[in-house]
Amino acid sequence: MSERLAVRKTYKLFIGGAFPRSESGRSYAVTSSKGDFLANAAKGSRKDARDAVAAARKAFPGWSSATPYNRGQILYRVAEMLEGRRAQFVAEVVDADGVTAKKAGELVDAAVDRLVWYAGWSDKIGAIRGGANPVAGPYFNLSTVEPMGVVAVVAPPAGPLLGLVSVIAPLIVTGNTCVVVASERAPLPSITLAEVLATSDLPGGVVNILTGSAGEIAPWLAGHMDVNGIDLTGADADLAVRCEELAAENLKRVLRPAQETVDWLADPGMDRMTAFLETKTVWHPIGV
Amino acid sequence: MFEYAPAPESREIVDIKPSYGLFIGGEWVDSLGEDHHKTINPASEEVLAEVAWATEADVDRAVQAARKAFATWSALPGSERAKYIFRIARIIQERSRELAVLETLDNGKPIRESRDVDLPLVAAHFFYYAGWADKLGYAGFGADPRPLGVAGQVIPWNFPLLMLAWKIAPALACGNTVVLKPAETTPLTALAFAEICRQADLPPGVVNIVTGAGETGAALVNHPGVDKVAFTGSTEVGRMIARSVAGTRKKLTLELGGKAANIVFEDAALDQAVEGIVNGIFFNQGHVCCAGSRLLVQESVADEVLDALKRRLSTLRLGDPMDKNTDIGAINSAAQLAKIRELSEAGVSEGAERWSPACPIPDRGFWFPPTVFTGVAQSHRIAREEIFGPVLSVLTFRTPAEAVEKANNTPYGLSAGVWTEKGSRILWMADRLRAGVVWANTFNRFDPTSPFGGFKESGYGREGGRHGLEAYLAV
Repeated sequence: MSERLAVRKTYKLFIGGAFPRSESGRSYAVTSSKGDFLANAAKGSRKDARDAVAAARKAFPGWSSATPYNRGQILYRVAEMLEGRRAQFVAEVVDADGVTAKKAGELVDAAVDRLVWYAGWSDKIGAIRGGANPVAGPYFNLSTVEPMGVVAVVAPPAGPLLGLVSVIAPLIVTGNTCVVVASERAPLPSITLAEVLATSDLPGGVVNILTGSAGEIAPWLAGHMDVNGIDLTGADADLAVRCEELAAENLKRVLRPAQETVDWLADPGMDRMTAFLETKTVWHPIGV
Repeated sequence: MFEYAPAPESREIVDIKPSYGLFIGGEWVDSLGEDHHKTINPASEEVLAEVAWATEADVDRAVQAARKAFATWSALPGSERAKYIFRIARIIQERSRELAVLETLDNGKPIRESRDVDLPLVAAHFFYYAGWADKLGYAGFGADPRPLGVAGQVIPWNFPLLMLAWKIAPALACGNTVVLKPAETTPLTALAFAEICRQADLPPGVVNIVTGAGETGAALVNHPGVDKVAFTGSTEVGRMIARSVAGTRKKLTLELGGKAANIVFEDAALDQAVEGIVNGIFFNQGHVCCAGSRLLVQESVADEVLDALKRRLSTLRLGDPMDKNTDIGAINSAAQLAKIRELSEAGVSEGAERWSPACPIPDRGFWFPPTVFTGVAQSHRIAREEIFGPVLSVLTFRTPAEAVEKANNTPYGLSAGVWTEKGSRILWMADRLRAGVVWANTFNRFDPTSPFGGFKESGYGREGGRHGLEAYLAV
């Protein structure tokens, strides 16, 4: 009997909860760290980026007004789904990163744990970052944190799963929606992650993932007038400067790339959440 | 209507020098350039003094002085830094009458406002941040948060000394040193503050004041020795600064323009709401980034509110800012007056109806009467652009959802007002308004403990409160 021929997966984009091909019809060959052909990934275009922003904007009112408890449960559900596909992700990380299966297992576990960690933040960040302010007058004065809106992300080129999860989770747990440009070299785990997101009760459009050239797509997002913030973690120095300049047009909040290599296994702290939160302060007189 | 006798505040208390240099490294120094400009009293066009417009080389000297001072200032125990800042707060209180008069002379705002609003808030701000200097480890930014270095700060002319306080107090408390550029039309209180730093024996170079206009400001924010840029002013300049710091490690906070909606529901306490509308847009001649410049009034009470508003505006007294009875002072500059006139004319030509109370205008100085536009559409320039003057645009709405939609229909997001007696509606509205400050049944309240700053194109970062420390710490 001859060996059964495997059914391969077509890797597409993830926009508004659906998996479309790039409207440009373009794709590019993705290879393993050893140079072997893995798959053809969609090569996202300007139009895809704009569609993704529209989907993220559409999802924002519902997601940002969901209760923090609900958002926490959904992030936890994402962790459960990721855990369930552990073997698949280990294999993809081995292919993408050239690490051993043992190391890949650690990275996938860390990604699951990271989701669980952020899930717990959903209904705590407000207490840590907000509160009553003791003003000198008969006023009740309360500061609360709110998500900014649509945030664009240039995902880190290294750490195709753990790095990706580590930039997405802190954005969405607080109620932002996002458009992510996946690692150009190793985009396949991002689309498999999209399959996890699509089956985790996460509303369509909260996370949108584009594969392709960061240098081509990120500037469209940086200059887009309906994007409120941009995380440039994965951008190289030239791209980061270009995007920061474009972002000034509508005063997007910019998270610059770190100066040192990021250790994705380290405690991430609150910075990735707080970078894309606004503080709103409400005053009301006290009287009878 | 009562007749008012003039009640002018005496200007004897201030001693304005004929000319001022720059305050660098704890000393008064002459500018290396030749560019000197007169600062005038906008209420009389009388020349008050001549100030230097600092050159790039002057700015460089100031940044170097600040850098040199940073090593020792940042190494001081927080409790010692605190005591310096407490001293400054005390001296401001001691000299508050003088500073209020100086502010009114240079800015044109009524003495009642500089005396009762600006100066008390300035002192309170220094008191508040002084207390943080030795408690930074408890602020939620790590056990031992570090300062950034040299802060380059550029402030506007609408609240000259108050904006200086918002910038300098948290910067010093966190262990930074500063180079501050006041606005070109209102440099005098910042220069008086330099003297206060000397009276407080603040170490040389911790605070440096360079006067000048846009070019001086650009030299400051672009200086490679600056680690932190803080700017309050127009969104247009804020954009330029955001672009210019791209590719650097400079930390940036921006407090920019606004086009706030002040929303009045039919069940509001209408007399209080009218007072709030007046305070929202006519306080400080409307030279307020968070001014309630768009009145959104529920259709069912629109006529009633407008009648009451017009009655109230007819009692406002416009004139000599030094008179303690004055409600509306002078427009800060000829350029600002021209901008207000241009936008008001656009309001008329785009079809809105203009109204002002009968209001005598002084012969000299820059003045603009309180003005209300009705029949304003959302597409009109006067409903979209920041006028920064005593001009109110009135729009109506029927449902809370429509009010939210209209209020948020702006690229700005600095502040908003809500007037209703229904508590749950206040909170529902506050949830949905995309603005950094929401005043419910009040307007234009400020406090050092309360974070202030905008969403969207109104800028980023917060000033005031625990939140305000973040802008000056390496976090």
